[in-house]
Amino acid sequence: MWLTDSDWQAILLTLKLASVVTFILLWVATPLAWWLARTRSGWRKPIGAIVALPLVLPPSVLGFYLLLAMGPNGPIAPLLAWFGVGLLPFSFSGLVIASVFYSLPFMVQPLQSAFEAIGDAPFEAAATLRASPLDRFLTIALPLALPGFVSASILTFAHTVGEFGVVLMIGGNLPGITRVASVQIYDHVEAMEYADAHRLAAVMLVFSFVVLLGLHLRRGPKTLR
Amino acid sequence: MAHAPIQARFRKGWQDFTLDVDLQLPGKGITALFGHSGSGKTTLLRCFAGLGSRPEGRCVVNGEVWQDEQHYRPTHHRDIGYVFQDANLFPHLTVRNNLLYGQRRSRGAPAIALDQAITLLGIEHLLTRKPAELSGGEKQRVGIARALAVSPQLLLMDEPLAALDLARKREILPYLETLHDELQIPILYVTHSPDEVARLADHLVVMSAGRALAQGPLTEILSRLDLPIRLGEEAGVVLEGEICERDSQWGLMRMAFAGGSLWARDQGHAIGHKGRLRVLARDVSLSLQHQVGTSIQNHLPGVVDAMLTDEHPGLMLVRVRVGASILIARLTTRSAHELGIHPGQSIWLQVKSVALVE
Repeated sequence: MWLTDSDWQAILLTLKLASVVTFILLWVATPLAWWLARTRSGWRKPIGAIVALPLVLPPSVLGFYLLLAMGPNGPIAPLLAWFGVGLLPFSFSGLVIASVFYSLPFMVQPLQSAFEAIGDAPFEAAATLRASPLDRFLTIALPLALPGFVSASILTFAHTVGEFGVVLMIGGNLPGITRVASVQIYDHVEAMEYADAHRLAAVMLVFSFVVLLGLHLRRGPKTLR
Repeated sequence: MAHAPIQARFRKGWQDFTLDVDLQLPGKGITALFGHSGSGKTTLLRCFAGLGSRPEGRCVVNGEVWQDEQHYRPTHHRDIGYVFQDANLFPHLTVRNNLLYGQRRSRGAPAIALDQAITLLGIEHLLTRKPAELSGGEKQRVGIARALAVSPQLLLMDEPLAALDLARKREILPYLETLHDELQIPILYVTHSPDEVARLADHLVVMSAGRALAQGPLTEILSRLDLPIRLGEEAGVVLEGEICERDSQWGLMRMAFAGGSLWARDQGHAIGHKGRLRVLARDVSLSLQHQVGTSIQNHLPGVVDAMLTDEHPGLMLVRVRVGASILIARLTTRSAHELGIHPGQSIWLQVKSVALVE
């Protein structure tokens, strides 16, 4: 076997995490991006800035706050207890929640641009053709923003695969539960297993390149947005 | 089917522009909202559609209150069809699905069947295409058909020809004329083209700086001399007429109107065909006697009704009553002075050229 069993375990866990986070973010980010794209409210700029925070914040800072918030004395601990959910730090669920925050701008921003690019005109046409606001969202906004959804999902997925700092802060390093590929590489290096680190790092490198190449080809010469 | 008149009073202010109109429009035929760009005609049309922010005022169409102090119907609850200047088709849908989009959502009995709209606008062969594969003229025909397919009680058209070149305009105008003849619903038609007004409108609202300077039947408004916005070089009147004689030897036809008749180039229509004659003020001259020995074919006796200085002080517009109709002549102020033209005077008109516009 080219990769060790624990490498495979880490890769599968990484893919599972990225898939779950992308799926959750599609539901969370779509209304948020729609609101940001269409609102004239004064809250638009502050909310937009908060959404963008993970882009510039060190992952360890975000991880630290999330650790405190989700910890046994944190503000959401009673809520979690009420739902019958255990403590989130050092669990897969905790990792999912932290990653959702961390990858939020990578889903929201492409979607917001895609919605903004549609402009008012198609929605006005739909309104004169008897379509209600929800109807217009479902039949005009979603299909016209479809390329934006694909780009945003790919970016979110890839970004979640690549995260490290937040994972260490929230998830620790539990095999099969929170040890994702990036942490596994870190472990290999710590243990001076350079050959193992090389192989896994190469897999990540090729994956990242293929994803980005795919995105660029999609945007390609036809400039399909 | 008789439609109640449309009542509309809108007021909507911006920093540098205020729309303030109070209109009573007929419940059938084409009403042209005419004015220069920036006169507020498109803003007015959007008020009827409920597009954009809410204006103050009141709007009653076909007996239904669309807006008053208590009520404001959102756009999707108004029985309108809206034709956008640039067609505004949905790029992700085929022509057929663009047409079906509104039809599937429309309420009530169709005023015109979708098949009929497709035939009327000659777009059968385009149904499976996407908007990106259509020419400008084809897009606009689909846009008009899409607006008709929702069975509107009021058709709103925002300069449907403005974005098109002359050839495309010629392609669409016959379809608009057919609409005028076939549809029972009122049409509000925004335009800055005197030619489109002359060809299509029954009723005219002249807009300037957010206000309606004048509103009334087309022939009445066109024969008014006092409007600050005239149709420019194109000042003239429109006469409703009927072909009463054809002279095949000379390729001419005679059209009778209320008060007389005029010879014009024969365009191949049969006797009895009804149409509009456009007589421009610059093509009408006046003389005190019936002239003989002139190349001009059309001579009409009339009575001077009113006169006014034109935009240039060297020119005058003279309104002359011919039977029940009115014509306008443009002449120099000096010749008006030399002929001693005054209201009530009997006079002969010589009409150099006449165009059948419909």
